[in-house]
Amino acid sequence: MSIKDQVIALIIENLEVDAQAVVPEAKFIEDLGVSSMDLWELVLVMEDEFDLEVPDEDLEKIVTIQDAISFIESHVEKK
Amino acid sequence: MAMHAELEGKVALVTGGGRGIGRSICFALARAGAAVVVADVIEDASADATHKSIEARGGVAVFKRLDVTDFDAAQAMIAGAAEEFDGLDILVNNAGVNQDQVVGRMKPEQWKRVIEVNLTGCFNCCRAASRIMVRERRGRIINVSSIVAAIGRAGQANYAASKAGIEGLTRSLALELAHRGITVNAVAPGYIDSEMTRALPQQVQKEILGRVPLKRAGSAEDVASLVAFLAGPRAAYITGQTIHVNGGLYLG
Repeated sequence: MSIKDQVIALIIENLEVDAQAVVPEAKFIEDLGVSSMDLWELVLVMEDEFDLEVPDEDLEKIVTIQDAISFIESHVEKK
Repeated sequence: MAMHAELEGKVALVTGGGRGIGRSICFALARAGAAVVVADVIEDASADATHKSIEARGGVAVFKRLDVTDFDAAQAMIAGAAEEFDGLDILVNNAGVNQDQVVGRMKPEQWKRVIEVNLTGCFNCCRAASRIMVRERRGRIINVSSIVAAIGRAGQANYAASKAGIEGLTRSLALELAHRGITVNAVAPGYIDSEMTRALPQQVQKEILGRVPLKRAGSAEDVASLVAFLAGPRAAYITGQTIHVNGGLYLG
């Protein structure tokens, strides 16, 4: 499973959102209607899943699902 | 479900589980069927040690050394225990110390030490456990506060502040974790017969006891029973609460 597929699967599993709305261009807050609490939970789950840490400064830059995918791809490669 | 099997298959971790109220909590959880990780800063090598006593009665228990003030150690130990036991269902933050002094004479180290162990230690363990519990979508966290948080006590400003802090932490964490079905509560023991209270001057002990409507000191088991209840299936709708167990010494 590619990182993109894993991230999308995690989002569908952890957020109560319509699977069809989960596309890379979708913005977490504006398009998916995710609350900041939900986002924290999702980040926590992703940190555990991919064994990495998302610094708060980087978290602010993650607006779309693609941002999250790109972040994880770049950090997982570095290992 | 028979009471003694309510926590069957559950894994519990109790900080400060080596003695006093923590020890009784370990026994109560084990009696209800939980496997217990007894965490404490000093290992009791006697045959009477908490984990050995539980094993001798047919329960499952291990001892793990933990200094709750060490953030990294807490993360590592708790994550490790969860892996070893294939999950962590119950965390009881009971580790606590007191260093009594009136504020006007209290040294900075006395203030800091009690806040560090009681409040920051609670945070350190909650942080580790909440990551596991959020992932697993289940869990119970029970923090041990004190009547002193609600009513104050001369000479215990640091202790009272640390315990009041625990209650605030409990409420916030309960709101964070509720979405995942995890409950977080605090218990506030009153005057409990323990090493801590037996060290008080006789006159003071007598004076406090005189004010208890139920006319006795509480036992460690009185507190442990409440903790075991909150850890179990019948307390599933209780969260963010501080529940007092004090014989009526404080009503609120």
